[in-house]
Amino acid sequence: MVVINIPQPTVSVTPLDVDTRMTALRKMLEIRLTEEKIQEMFLANLIRGTTHLCIGQEGVSTGVASALRKGDTVTCTYRGHGHALALGMSVKAMIAEMMGKTSGCCKGKGGSMHMTDASIGLLGANAIVGAQLPIAVGAALTASMKNTGAISVTFFGDAATNIGAFHESLNLASVWKLPVIFVCENNRYGEYSPQHWTTPVENLSVRAASYNIPGVTVDGQDVETVHAEFKVAAERARAGEGPTFLEMKTYRYLGHSRTDTGPYRPPGELDAWKERDPILLLKVKMIADGQLDEVEFGELRDAAERHVAEAVEWAKQEPYPTEADLLTDIFYEG
Amino acid sequence: MPVLTYREAVRNALADEMRADENVVFFGEDVAAAGGVFKTTPGLQEEFGSKRVRDTPISEEAFIGAALGAAITGLRPVAELMFADFIPVAMDQIVNQIAKYRYMSGGQFMVPLTIRSAQGGGVGFGTQHSQTAENWLLNTPGLKIVLPGTPVDAYGLLRGAIRENNPVIVLEHKGLYNLKGEVPDDTGVLELGKAKVVRAGRHVTVVGAQLMVHRALEAAETLAKDGIEVEVIDLRTLAPLDTATVLESIKKTGRLVVVEEAPHTSSWGGDLASLAADEGIYYLDAPVKRVNMGRAMFAYSEPLETLAIPSVERITAAIRETAYTQ
Repeated sequence: MVVINIPQPTVSVTPLDVDTRMTALRKMLEIRLTEEKIQEMFLANLIRGTTHLCIGQEGVSTGVASALRKGDTVTCTYRGHGHALALGMSVKAMIAEMMGKTSGCCKGKGGSMHMTDASIGLLGANAIVGAQLPIAVGAALTASMKNTGAISVTFFGDAATNIGAFHESLNLASVWKLPVIFVCENNRYGEYSPQHWTTPVENLSVRAASYNIPGVTVDGQDVETVHAEFKVAAERARAGEGPTFLEMKTYRYLGHSRTDTGPYRPPGELDAWKERDPILLLKVKMIADGQLDEVEFGELRDAAERHVAEAVEWAKQEPYPTEADLLTDIFYEG
Repeated sequence: MPVLTYREAVRNALADEMRADENVVFFGEDVAAAGGVFKTTPGLQEEFGSKRVRDTPISEEAFIGAALGAAITGLRPVAELMFADFIPVAMDQIVNQIAKYRYMSGGQFMVPLTIRSAQGGGVGFGTQHSQTAENWLLNTPGLKIVLPGTPVDAYGLLRGAIRENNPVIVLEHKGLYNLKGEVPDDTGVLELGKAKVVRAGRHVTVVGAQLMVHRALEAAETLAKDGIEVEVIDLRTLAPLDTATVLESIKKTGRLVVVEEAPHTSSWGGDLASLAADEGIYYLDAPVKRVNMGRAMFAYSEPLETLAIPSVERITAAIRETAYTQ
C-alpha cells in the first residue's frame, strides 16, 4: 500500500468561483486530451523525435496560469505542453509545431521540447535541464528595471534542483530581489531515477532557505491550493519583496519520454496517485458543490476531445517548411 | 586627435552607449564598484547608478542566462565575463540558449545582447587565464564574434556590438589594454563584419587578429627592408567573416599566411586556408602557410609561453618561406 503524504496548505485556500473552476477544469481536460492524442500520434509515427508528457501534472500549470496577469512571463521545461496550453497557446499551434509544420508556434523549428509563444508571455520551453531558470531571472530583471509590475515564472522539475543553474539563479534572484517565482514540479522522478537516489532531502523547498527565499511545499494535485499558494508568492513579487520557491508535489503517469515504460515505479504507486488526479479532485469538489454533474463532465470531456481531433485534422493539412526557411530566423536582419 | 588606451576606449564606448540608450544595462563580476579587474569600467556605476551597472555573484551561467532573459524582454544588456577562459562555464547559455533562442522560436525574439570578455596570452596568467576563445564559439551559428585589436576598433566595434539586435561576443585582448592609439572624435559606431587592410603590400598577404596583427606589422616592417612587401589584414570580426577582403588581397599577392594565437586544429585559420583552396586556388602562387600555437598550451613560465605564442620571428620566417626567399 503506497501512502501519499499530502502537504498541508500554508495559506487559506478558499474555493475559486464557479467560472474560474470551470475554466480550470476545461483547461486541464484540454491538456490531458491533447497529450493523450500526442502520445497516440507518436506511437503512430505521425510525430518524430521524442516527447515528454505531463499527464497527471496538469494541476500545477493550470493553477499557476490562473493567477497570472497579462505581461507576466514564463519559462518552462521540455515537459511543457501543459504550461503552454494553460497560458493560452492554441491546440492547433501546438499540434502543428509537433508535426513540424510552418503554422506551428515556432514554425516547426522548435518541436515538442520548445513550445514558445511570446504573445502569451511564454518565453520558451527548454530542452536543457535548469537552463530556463537564469533566463527567467533576466526577464524579472527587465520587469524590475522598467517597473512594469510583471512577474517572471519558471517551471522546472525536481531533478533540476541538483544542477548549478538552479542554485545560481535562486542566489542571483535573491540578492537582486527580483520578481521571480520558482515553481518546481516535483513529480518524484528525474528521468528514470527516483528522487531519493539522487537527492538527499525529501522536501526540496528546504533548499530555498540558503538563499534567504521563502520555500513552500504545496499539494500540486489540487488546483485551488496551487492557485492560492502561488497567488501569495505573486503578490510578494509584485510588491518588490523578491522571489519565492514553490515545490509542487505532483506525479507523472507516463514515463520520462516516449520509450520509457516506468519499470522503476513501486507497485501501487501510480494507482495511489491516480486517486489524487487533479482533474478528478476538482470534478469531485464541483459535483459536491452542485456546480457540475457526471453528464456535464462527460460533455466537457467530449468537447475537448473533438477540439483536439479538429486541431489534428487541420494540422495534417498544413504545409511543411521549405528550403526557403532553412536559413531564416538565425539573425534578426535590420 | 584624442589618443586613448584600448582600455579607455572600451570604457568610453560603454559609457557612450549607456548615455544613448537607457535600455543598455551592464553587469558582471566586480565591474561596478571596483571598475572591473582590468579597470575597463571605472566610474560607470557612479554615472549610471547601481541599477544599470551591477556587480554579480560569481555565477557565470546565471548572469549570462539573465542577460538573455533581459534581452528578449526589452533591455539591451552588456555582460562582462572577465576572463575568456570562463566562457565554458557559461557555455550552455551561450551555445544552447543565446545562439539558438531566435531560431528555435521561429524568429519570435530579437536577442540584443553583448558579452565582453578578456582573452589572450603573453602576460603570465597561466593556462586557465590566457586562452583565446573564438574558436570554441565559431562552430555555433547564431553568434557574432568580434576581436578588436586597436583602441579605435575597441571603441567603435563595441558600440556597434551594443547596437546590434543579435548576440555579439566581443573578445578583448588583455595584452592590448595598455595599447595607445588615436580615436578620432567622430569615430562613432563601426560596422561589424568588416576586415581592414592595415598595411598594403603586393607580395604576401598576412591575416590575423589582435596581438598577432601587431606582430605581423613588425614582421612586415623588417621584411620591407629586404624588398618583401607584405599586406596585413586585421579581420576584426570573425563572425561574420569578411572573406571578400581576404580574397581580394590574395588575388593581388598570390600568397597567404594566416597567424593565430590559438591551437592549430579546428580554427578560423583552417577556415581561411579552406577559403583560399576553394575560392582562391587560381590566385595562389604558393601553399598557404599557417602560423599558430600547434598543440602547445599557454604555460606560466615566460620562456614556455613565449615559445607557444607565434612570435615576430616565427611570423617573419613563415612569410619568407611563402615568398620563396630565405
